[in-house]
Amino acid sequence: MATSSVSKGCFVFKPSSKKRKRVPRVEDYFTEGNDDAKSAKLRFNICQELWEKIKSDTETLQEELNKKTLDSLLELIRKCASGFQLKANDWAGLMRASEIPTAALVLGVNVPDHDVTFQGLSELLQQSVTPFVVSVQAKECTALKHLMQKVLERIMGVDVPLNEEDEGQSGSCSVPGNRKRARCSLSSLCEWYQMAVKKFAARSPGKKCSSLGKDVLPYPPVVIIFKDLEAFSPRVLQDFILICSRYIQQLPLMFIFGIATSPSTIQHMLPHSVSSLLCIELFQSLSCTQHLATVIDQLVLTPKFPFKLTGKVLQVLVSIFLYHDFSVRNFIKGLQLALVEHFHSQPLSVLCCCKKEAVDHAQQFIHQDVERVRQLPSFMRYVENQDAEEQVKLLTNDDHVKEVCQKLIKNLRKYHKNYHPVLRCLHSLTSSLPKYPLGKQVRELHISCLEKNIWETEEYNTAMQLLRMLAKDELVAALQNCADLLRPAKSEKMKEALQQLEDYITKFDKLDQLSSEDLMEEEVTSPGKDLQKKTDLFQLQKTLLEMRESRRSKKMTPFEVLRNQVLDIVDQLVRTYLIPPETQPMNEVCYYSSSGVLRRHLNATPRTSIQTALSHPYYYLQHEGLQTDTGSISNTAPDICVVYKLHLECGRLINLFDWLEAYCTVVSAAEGKDPDSPDYGKVDELKHARFIQAVSELEFVGFVKSTKQKTDHVARLTWGGC
Amino acid sequence: MSPQKRSGASAALDVRFVADSDVLDHIVDKQDVAKASKSSVQTLVTLNKKRLQNGPCDPGEEDETEENLNEQNYVNSLGTEAEDGAENGTAATTGSSVFTFHTTKRSNKMAQMASEWARTPGKSVTFNAPESPEETPSPSRGSKRPVTQNKTPQKGKKVQFVSNTPHRLRKRLTGPNLKSESDSDFSSSNSEEEDQEEEGEKKLEPQLKTPRKSATSASAAALYKTPSKKSKKAPEPNLVEEYFEAHSSSKVLTSDRTLQKLQTPRLDRDTLLRLLDGKPSCYSSEIDRLNKTHEKHFSKWMLQLDLGFNILLYGLGSKKNLLEKFRTSMLSDIVHLVVNGFFPSITLKSILNSITGEILEHEGNFRNPIDQIELIGKILKEDTDTHIYLIIHNIDGPMLRGEKTQQALGQLASIPNMHLLASIDHINAPLVWDQSKMSMFNWLWYETTSYLPYTEETSYENSLLVQQTGALALSSLTHVLRSLTPNARGIFRLLAEFQLEHKDDPSYTGLSFQDFYQRCREAFLVNSDITLRTQLTEFRDHKLIRTKKGVDGVEYLLIPVDAGTLTDFLEKEDVE
Repeated sequence: MATSSVSKGCFVFKPSSKKRKRVPRVEDYFTEGNDDAKSAKLRFNICQELWEKIKSDTETLQEELNKKTLDSLLELIRKCASGFQLKANDWAGLMRASEIPTAALVLGVNVPDHDVTFQGLSELLQQSVTPFVVSVQAKECTALKHLMQKVLERIMGVDVPLNEEDEGQSGSCSVPGNRKRARCSLSSLCEWYQMAVKKFAARSPGKKCSSLGKDVLPYPPVVIIFKDLEAFSPRVLQDFILICSRYIQQLPLMFIFGIATSPSTIQHMLPHSVSSLLCIELFQSLSCTQHLATVIDQLVLTPKFPFKLTGKVLQVLVSIFLYHDFSVRNFIKGLQLALVEHFHSQPLSVLCCCKKEAVDHAQQFIHQDVERVRQLPSFMRYVENQDAEEQVKLLTNDDHVKEVCQKLIKNLRKYHKNYHPVLRCLHSLTSSLPKYPLGKQVRELHISCLEKNIWETEEYNTAMQLLRMLAKDELVAALQNCADLLRPAKSEKMKEALQQLEDYITKFDKLDQLSSEDLMEEEVTSPGKDLQKKTDLFQLQKTLLEMRESRRSKKMTPFEVLRNQVLDIVDQLVRTYLIPPETQPMNEVCYYSSSGVLRRHLNATPRTSIQTALSHPYYYLQHEGLQTDTGSISNTAPDICVVYKLHLECGRLINLFDWLEAYCTVVSAAEGKDPDSPDYGKVDELKHARFIQAVSELEFVGFVKSTKQKTDHVARLTWGGC
Repeated sequence: MSPQKRSGASAALDVRFVADSDVLDHIVDKQDVAKASKSSVQTLVTLNKKRLQNGPCDPGEEDETEENLNEQNYVNSLGTEAEDGAENGTAATTGSSVFTFHTTKRSNKMAQMASEWARTPGKSVTFNAPESPEETPSPSRGSKRPVTQNKTPQKGKKVQFVSNTPHRLRKRLTGPNLKSESDSDFSSSNSEEEDQEEEGEKKLEPQLKTPRKSATSASAAALYKTPSKKSKKAPEPNLVEEYFEAHSSSKVLTSDRTLQKLQTPRLDRDTLLRLLDGKPSCYSSEIDRLNKTHEKHFSKWMLQLDLGFNILLYGLGSKKNLLEKFRTSMLSDIVHLVVNGFFPSITLKSILNSITGEILEHEGNFRNPIDQIELIGKILKEDTDTHIYLIIHNIDGPMLRGEKTQQALGQLASIPNMHLLASIDHINAPLVWDQSKMSMFNWLWYETTSYLPYTEETSYENSLLVQQTGALALSSLTHVLRSLTPNARGIFRLLAEFQLEHKDDPSYTGLSFQDFYQRCREAFLVNSDITLRTQLTEFRDHKLIRTKKGVDGVEYLLIPVDAGTLTDFLEKEDVE
C-alpha cells in the first residue's frame, strides 16, 4: 500500500497540475448513482437553495434574538467611553479611575454556539463604537505573556490597514514591535494607542472614515472580549486585570466576559482585591431553549419552507438537543443533514419546492417519475379511494397522473397553509391550561399532531374539558389571541374561521350588556309561580324535582352556550385541519421520515456497534453457521469474537496461557478435529499466531491491556459480561 | 439437600454440596430464582470472607472450601440472573448490557466455557447438564448447558435434567475442582465422556441449525435504539455491593501458569506474519459483501464532505482498506494527505508540516502549532479553489489522543476547504472530544464494521505475546559501540554488567555517577571525571544510557534496554 511505512506517518498526494483541472463538482457527487442526472441536478439545486435560505434565516434570527442584549451592551460601552473623555479633569472620575468597566455576558452552557454571538458583537462594536476590539480565547492564553501578546498583536494588527501609509513612522512600535517579545507590554500599547488616536483624530474630520459611525469619540475605548471566562486560568486573569488597572488612566480599557454558567464564577475566579478593580454590569442573553423554540417556529412550523420533517425525525433532533448538547447549531446541522438526505434519496423531491416550480416539474415528468409516483404508498391509498374508472385512468394514463399530481401538490400546500395557523391557535388556547395537557411548547403539540389524530388522544379531551371551564375574560383573551394568529393567514378557509371567531368575540362583548338584565328576569320568573298553587306532598315533590332538573339544564347561561359554541368551532377546526400529514396523498415528497439514519449519523453508539460485532457476528456477517441464540456465539466465529467471548468469563486479570488454551480448544472443535486424537486442543503455531493477532486486536480496540502485575497476564478494561 | 458422592480422577472421595434451592431450581421457573437473588447478597459477603481466611486450596480444608465455592458460585449465578433475564428478553447489546457491573469471576471459568463451547460445533446455545453419578469431577464437568430434550437425543447412559434453567446457573452449580493443583491442565482432565458427547452432538449439527432469525433480528433492531427506560432495569443494590466486593480484595484469582509452559516457543514478528499470511480467512465472502456495502457510500461521502461535514468511521475491523479504496477511487485527482494515526511516532507537527511544507509549499518556520493552523486557514480562505482532503486512520491513535492535538485537528477540520475523513477503533474513543471539539469536527458518523484484521494497526504494538527480540536495540547497541574506543566500550560494559547484577532487584534505580567513576578508575578506564562525563554525554546522545536524578540529587545512570537483550549483547561482545 502506498500509505504503509515503518518510518513515516504522513503521506502527501499531489496530483500533477494538469490533472487537477478536472475536479468533479459537488453536484456530480450528488448525481452519481442516480440514473436520471438531469432531475438529480435539479434536486441538488433546490436542496442548495433551501439550505442557503435556512442558513441565512437562522443567522438573521440569531441576530434579532441577540439584538436586545447587544444593544444594551453597546449602550454601556458608549457610556463608559464617553465617561473616559470627561474623566481627565473630573475628580470623581479620577477616584473611579482604576476601575475597569466590565460587561459580564451570560450566554448559557453551550459554548460552541457562542462564537457566532461574539463575532456579531465584535463586528457591531467595530462598526459603531471603536475600531479597537480584540477577542481572546482561553486555549491560546495559557500564560500571561501569551494573553498579553495576543491582545497586542490583534489590536495593533487590526489597526494596521487603518494607517497603512504611515506604517513607516509608527512601524517601530506597531508591526515589528509586536513580533519582538521584549516589547510585549501594555506601555507599548499605550504609546501606540496615543499615536493611533492622534492620527485617527487628524484623519476623521478630513475624510469620513466609512467603516465607523458618526458618533465615534475622540478616544475610542479598547475592548477586550474574553470568550470563555471559565476556561481561563484564574492566575493569568488576575495578573492581567491588575496590570490593566494600572494603565486605565492612559488607556480606556474595557472588558467583556463571556460566561457559560453563572455570574458568580467571577467571584469564584477572582479574589476581592481583583474583582474590586472591575465595575461589572451583567447582561443575560436568551436561553438556548428559547432560541431553539424560535428557530423551530421560523423554520419548521411554517408553510414557507416546503421541506418538512415527520414527527419522529423532529423528535430525534429535539432530543439530541435536549439530552445531549443544547446546541442550536447542531440542530441546524441535523436539519441540513435531513435536507440533503431527503433530496438525495427521494427522486420525487423535485416537487419539494415552491408551488409554481413544483407544478412545472410535475408537468415535465417522464414515465419513470410517474411510475415512482404510483409507487408512493400515499398515492396508492389515494387511488384506492377513487372510483373504478378513475383508478384505471390513474394506473394507465401518464398524463392524467401528471395532472392529478399537480392537483395533489396544490392540495398539500393548502393543507400546510391551514395546518400551521390552526396549530398555533390550538397551542395558544391550551398552553396556558393547568398542567399543560398538550405540552408547553408548540413543537410538542406539533409532534403529536404529526403522529396521530390529535382529537382522539386523551390529552386533547382533557384540554377541551378544561377549556370548557374557562372564565369569560380568560376565554375572550385567548380567543383574541387566536384571532391574531389567524389574521396573517391568507387562505380562504382561515379567513372564514377568523370571521367566525371574531363574531363570537363581539358576541361575548355584547353579553356583558345583555346578561345583567336578562338574567335577572329569568331568575325572577321561573320559581315563584308554580309553588303558589295548593298541592299535595307528592305533587310538590314532583315539581321540585322537575325544577331541579330544569335548573340544571338551565344552568347554561348565555355565556356558557356561547362558550360551548365557540369551542365546538375550535374543535371542528382541529378535526378538519390538524389531520396527520400521512393521510395526505403525495406527502412523501415533502416529508423526510428516516429518523434512524439521522440518529445513526448524528448520535452514533460506536461502542455498542463494536460489542455487537463481537458478540453477534451474525448480525453483520449473515452467515448460516454463525446463527445462534442471543447471548452466545458459534465457535466458528471469527477469532476476535471467540477471544472476546472467552475473556468475558474472566475477572480483572486474564492469564494468557489459560486464555490461549481455551481458545485452542474452541478452535480445534470448530475445525472439526477428531477429539480423540492426541493433538486435540493442542497449541500449534498457527493457532498461536491467530491467538496473538486476536489478542492484540482486542488490545487495540481497548478491551484489555498488558500489565506487569503478574507474569503473562493482561488486565481487562471493561466490566461485567454480556 | 442431596450430597452426592463421586469418584474423582485421583480416586479421592469428593463431596459435593447441592443447596436446596438448587434442586428447587430445576422445578421452578427462573423468574422466581431472580427474586430470591436479592436476599442472597449477605451470604456472598460472608462466604468470601471465610474463603479468604481459609486460604487458597488448603488441603486440610478442601472439602469445606469447595462447598463454599459452590455456594458462592450459586449465589453469583443468582446475582446475574436478573440481568440475564433482561438481556434475553430485550436485546443483545443494549446500553445496559454494555455497561454492566463487574462480577466476581472464577479462575477456571474460561476453560470451562471453552470446553463446553467446543463440544457444540456451529451451535452453542443451550445444553443439557448430564448429572450422572459416575461422572468424574473434572473442572469442566459442570459447565454443560441445558438443551431442550427434543432437540438433542442423548446417549442412553446419561441421566438428564431437562429444564429451562439458564446455563450460567448450571455452570456455577458445579464448582471448580480445587483438588487439582493450581497448575492443572484442564484439557487433559477433560474426560472421555466429553468426547463421547461430542460425537453424539456432532451428528445432530444439521438439525440444530434451526434458524433463529427472529431473535437475532430483534436484537439487531435494538442496536440503534437507546434503551428505553422501561426495559432497562435499575441496577439492583446487590450489583453495587458485588462491585465493591469484587474490588475489595486485591487478590487475583487466576492460575499461575505462564506461557513458558508452551511447547511452541514465543513467536517473533516475522513468523507471526508468515503464519497469518498462510491462514485461510474465514467468511471472506460475507466480509467482502459487508465491505462492498460500505463502498457504495463513497459518492455520498464526497457530497457530504463538500457540504461541510466531516466523516467519521467506526465499527469493528480495520478501516484502512476502505479508506484506501476511497482515496484511490475518489481522490486521485485531488490534493490529499493520509495520516496513519496508529503510527507510534506520528506528531501533530509532522501533520502540520506536511500541509504547510508539501501541500501549500510554504517556506519558513512557525513558533507554535496555533500559528501554523492560522496560516493554513488564512491561505485556504484566500484560495477558495484549493480543497485539501485529510484522511486520518485512527484519529484516536495513542499519539493523537492528547487534548491539544485533538484541539488542533479540530481547528483544521473547521476550515471550510479542509475535508476530513477519519476512523476510530478504540471503544472509548469518543471521550476525547468534548462538546466544543465535536462542534469543530462537525462529524457525521458512519458505521463501517468490516471484520478485517487490524494487521497493520497492531504491527507496531509491542504485544505481550510476541517475543521481544530486541533485535533492533541490540543491533543499534553493537553498531554504536563498534565505533567507540576500547575504553568507552569498557565503560559501557561496566555499566551493563552492573545493571545485569541487579536485574532482579526491583528497586534498582541505576548506578550513581560517583560510584561509576570509582569503578571506572579502578578498571583504569578513565583518569578524571571529566573524561567520564564526556563519554557519558556521547552515550546519552546515542540514547544508550539514561540519567535520572535521585531523591538525594545524585545522578543515576541506566541502560534503557531489558535484561535479555543486554545479556545477548554482552555474550556477543565476549565472542568478539
